[in-house]
Amino acid sequence: MKTQKIGAWIAILFGASYFVVPLIATFEFSLRMRRGEYSFDAYRSVFSDVQFRESFSYSIVMAILTIIFGVLLVVPTAYWVRLRLPQMRPVVEFITLMPLVIPAIVIVFGYLRLYNSSSFIPFTGSARGTDALLMFSFMTLSLPYMYRSVDTAMRTIDVGTLTEAAQSLGASWPTIMFKCIFPNVMSGVLSGAFITFAIVIGEFTMPSLLNRPAFGPYLQLIGANRAYEPPALAIIAFAITWLSMALLQLASRLNKSAPSRP
Amino acid sequence: MSFLTLTGIQKSFGPVQVVKDFDMAIEKGEFVSFLGPSGCGKTTVLRMVAGFEAPSAGTIVINGRNQNELKPNQRNIGMVFQAYALFPNMTVHDNVAFGLKVAGMDKAAIDARVKEMLGLIHLGHLADRFPYQMSGGQQQRVALARALAPKPQVLLLDEPLSALDAKIRVSLREEIRMIQQQLGITTVFVTHDQEEALSISDRIVVMNAGRADQIGTPFDIYNRPATRFVASFVGTLNLIEGTVVDPTANRISIGDQDITLREPLGPAKAGDKVSLALRPEAGSIAEGARGDTALTGQVISSNFLGSVIRTRMKVGEPVISFDMFNAPGRNPPAVGEVVTLRFTASDLLIIRE
Amino acid sequence: MSAKQAIDLKKTAIDWLGITPFLLFAVMFLIAPTLYLVTGAFLNPAGEFTFDNIRGLFTDKIIASYWISIKVSLASSLGGAFIGFFLAWAVVLGGLPSWIRSSLLTFSGVASNFAGVPLAFAFLATLGRTGLVTILLRDWFGINLYATGFNLLSFLGLTITYMYFQIPLMVLIITPALDGLKKEWREAAEILGATNTQYWMKVALPILFPSILGTTLLLFANSFGAIATAYSLTGSTFNIVPIQLYAQIRGDVLHNPNLGYALALGMIVITGISNLIYIWLRMRAERWQK
Repeated sequence: MKTQKIGAWIAILFGASYFVVPLIATFEFSLRMRRGEYSFDAYRSVFSDVQFRESFSYSIVMAILTIIFGVLLVVPTAYWVRLRLPQMRPVVEFITLMPLVIPAIVIVFGYLRLYNSSSFIPFTGSARGTDALLMFSFMTLSLPYMYRSVDTAMRTIDVGTLTEAAQSLGASWPTIMFKCIFPNVMSGVLSGAFITFAIVIGEFTMPSLLNRPAFGPYLQLIGANRAYEPPALAIIAFAITWLSMALLQLASRLNKSAPSRP
Repeated sequence: MSFLTLTGIQKSFGPVQVVKDFDMAIEKGEFVSFLGPSGCGKTTVLRMVAGFEAPSAGTIVINGRNQNELKPNQRNIGMVFQAYALFPNMTVHDNVAFGLKVAGMDKAAIDARVKEMLGLIHLGHLADRFPYQMSGGQQQRVALARALAPKPQVLLLDEPLSALDAKIRVSLREEIRMIQQQLGITTVFVTHDQEEALSISDRIVVMNAGRADQIGTPFDIYNRPATRFVASFVGTLNLIEGTVVDPTANRISIGDQDITLREPLGPAKAGDKVSLALRPEAGSIAEGARGDTALTGQVISSNFLGSVIRTRMKVGEPVISFDMFNAPGRNPPAVGEVVTLRFTASDLLIIRE
Repeated sequence: MSAKQAIDLKKTAIDWLGITPFLLFAVMFLIAPTLYLVTGAFLNPAGEFTFDNIRGLFTDKIIASYWISIKVSLASSLGGAFIGFFLAWAVVLGGLPSWIRSSLLTFSGVASNFAGVPLAFAFLATLGRTGLVTILLRDWFGINLYATGFNLLSFLGLTITYMYFQIPLMVLIITPALDGLKKEWREAAEILGATNTQYWMKVALPILFPSILGTTLLLFANSFGAIATAYSLTGSTFNIVPIQLYAQIRGDVLHNPNLGYALALGMIVITGISNLIYIWLRMRAERWQK
C-alpha cells in the first residue's frame, strides 16, 4: 500500500514536470527579447504585427463559419438517423470516424486533385472558392468530434417522443428542429463547437496546401524567420487551447445528467 | 471451541460506528445467515471475516487460529459476490482453476478438481464459455464453484442471489444449500431477504444498526422473535396494542374483549399498554377450530393470494390479519361478516423493547 | 394495397432525403477524394492500370522515409502509452487526492489538443540549442546536451516532442478503462489466494490489454499522420512520410504524380489498419466490461 502510493506520486511528479517544464521554458524564452532583462517585447511585437491580426481574424472567421455549417450538417443528420434511419447508424458513424483514419494531408491532397481550376467543380479557381473548400475541409476535420458530442447529447433526450409531442401540437419541421431539438442538444453543440474552434485555429496542413492566409501557416512562417516571437505565439496558442477546453468542460458539465456516458 | 468465532467485533468508518460489539460462534459445517436491512452492518462483518476490512476492535478466530493479522490471500476462505465478479478474460474452466493455479497445483490435479466442481454445479458442458456468454444464474454458479475449488475452510456468500430473477433465486438457493450440506462446509450467508434466510439456514443472526438483535434457528426467529425489530422484519406479523386489565390474573383487553395470556406479564399495573404479536397463520375461523382463546370481529377486507386467503378484521380499534388456506368448496369471508378467530394463547407473544 | 405501397415508398424516400446532405458531404469531401487517390495509385499517367506506382514505393528513399515515420510513431506511441498508463494508474488506483485526478484530466484535454506548430516552438524553447533546459543543464550540472549527440531535430527529439500530446491522449482514453476494473475482481483474486502481482499479471493486465494495445495503435496512427510539428521543427530536412508527401503536393518532387498517390495510399493503409484494429479491440474490451 505504501510503496504503491509512493509510486503514484513519482509517476505524477514525472508527468507534471514533462508537461509543465516546456511551458515554463517557452514562457521564459518569450521574455528574453530585450537583452539582459525580461520583457514582454515579444508579445508587443506579435500583437502589433498586421499579419498576425489578419491571419488570426481570418482563422476566427473560418472557425465560426465551420461551426455554423458543421452544426447545420451534423444536428439534423444525427437527429434523422436516430428518428428514422436507425439501420444507417453504423454507416454514418463509420463515415464520421473516417477523418481520424485518413490523415489530413491525404484528404487535402485529394481535394487539390479533384477540385482544381480545370475540374468539374473548380473550388480552387478563385479565392472565395478556396475559402469555401477550406471551410469544408475544416468541417471534415472536426466531423468526428462534432458528431460524437451532438450524438451523445441526443442520447439523453428521447427524440422520438419529443418529436411526436411537438407534432401533436401542430409544429412544423423547422419549428421542431430549431425550437425543440437544437435547444435540447445545445450542450453537445457547444462541446463540438469549442473543440472545432481549437482545431481550426491551429490547423496548418490544410490552409498551407490550399494557400490561404490562416493562423497556422503564419505561425510556421514566423517560426522560420524570428527568434522570440514564436515562443510568445506558442504561449498565446496554448492559452487559446486552454480557453476552448475550459469552455468545453463547462458545456459538458451542463450535460452532466447524461446517464449513459461511460 | 467453535470453528469460527467472532468476539467483541467493532468497526468504525471515521466517526460512524457500523458494527457494535458483535459476538458470534459458528460450528463446523453450520450454515449461518446474517439477516438485516441494508446498512445494518452485515456485509461489513462478512468483509472483516474475509479480511477486506480490519476490525477496529475484537478478534476473528477460525479453527483455533487468530485471523486478525492475516491478509485475505492467506486465510483460505471462499467468497461469492453479489455481482458474480467472474474474471471476464477467462473461460469458466480458467475461472474455477484460478485459485488452484495461484496455489501452484499441477495441471492434471487442477483439471480433475475443476471437472469435479463443474459437475457439482451441473455446468460441465459450459467449461469453454466466457462469462459474458452466460446468464446471471449460470455465472453465479460458476462463482460458487470457483470459491469452493481450493477447498476453503469457510465459505462466505455476500447477497449472492439479489441480482437474479425471482425464479432462479429460489432454485439456486436450494442448490447452494444442497452443495453446502454435501460438502459440509462452514458457511456464512448475508442477505436482506427473510424468506431466503429462513429457508436455507441452520441459524440466523438478525442484525439491526450494527448489532445482533437475535441469534437462533429459523424456527425460533420466526416463532419467538426476541425484539420488536425482529418481529417486524421477519415475516408478516400482527402487532396488536393491548391494555392490562388484571396483572395478577394475566388478563388484558384487546379492543372491547378480554383475554388471558399464557406468558407472564411481569411487573405491570392495570391500564398499562402492552405490545402483542400474532402470526397471521396462528389462528383459524373454521367451525370447531381448536384454541383456548377467541377474538370476535368484523371483516374489513379479504384478499385472495392463491394458496392462502388473507383476511383483516377489526376487533374494536385494533386490526388483526389472519391467513386461511384456500379451499375450492368454501367461500372466503365476506366484508362486513362477523367472525370469531380462535388460537392458542401461547401464540400471542409479548414484545418487549 | 398499391396505395399503401405508394405511401411506404414516399415515406422511405423522405427518410433517405433527410440524410442526403450528409451523404453528399461525405461523398464530396471524404470518399471521392480518397477514392481518387487510391485509384490514382494504380494508374499510370496515361490512365492505364498498373502496379508500377506501388513498386515505385520500394525505392530506398521512400522506404527510408516510411521507416523513419514508423520508427518515430512507434517510439512516441509506445513511450506515450507507457507513461500515460502509469499516470492514469496513479490517479485511479494510486490513492492520490482527487484534485490531482481532475487536474490531470483537464490538463490532458488541453495538451492532447496542443499540437502542431506551437508545440514545435515550445520544444525549441525547451530543448533547442538555446532552450531553457539545455542552458540549465549546462550552467547547473555542466552537461552539454548537444555534445552528447542529442539533437532536437532528430529521431529522439521528435519522439520526445510528439510524446507531449501522446501521453495526455493515452491518459484520456485509458483512465475510463482503469475505472472499469471492478473492485470485486481484485477481491475475488485476493480471497482465492492470489498476490498483488498475480492479480495484475493474470487478471487486470489481460483485461486491460485490448484497451492498452488499441490505444497504442491509435497513438501510432495519430503521430503517423501528423506533419505540422515535424515540419516547423525540422523544415524539410527530416524526411518522414507526411513531409515527403507535403513536398510532393507542393512541387512534384518525385516527378510522378501517380507515385504521389501511391505514397498517400501507403499512409491510408498504415493508419487505416491501425485504426481498424483499434476499433476491433475496443469492441472486444467493451464486451468484457459489460
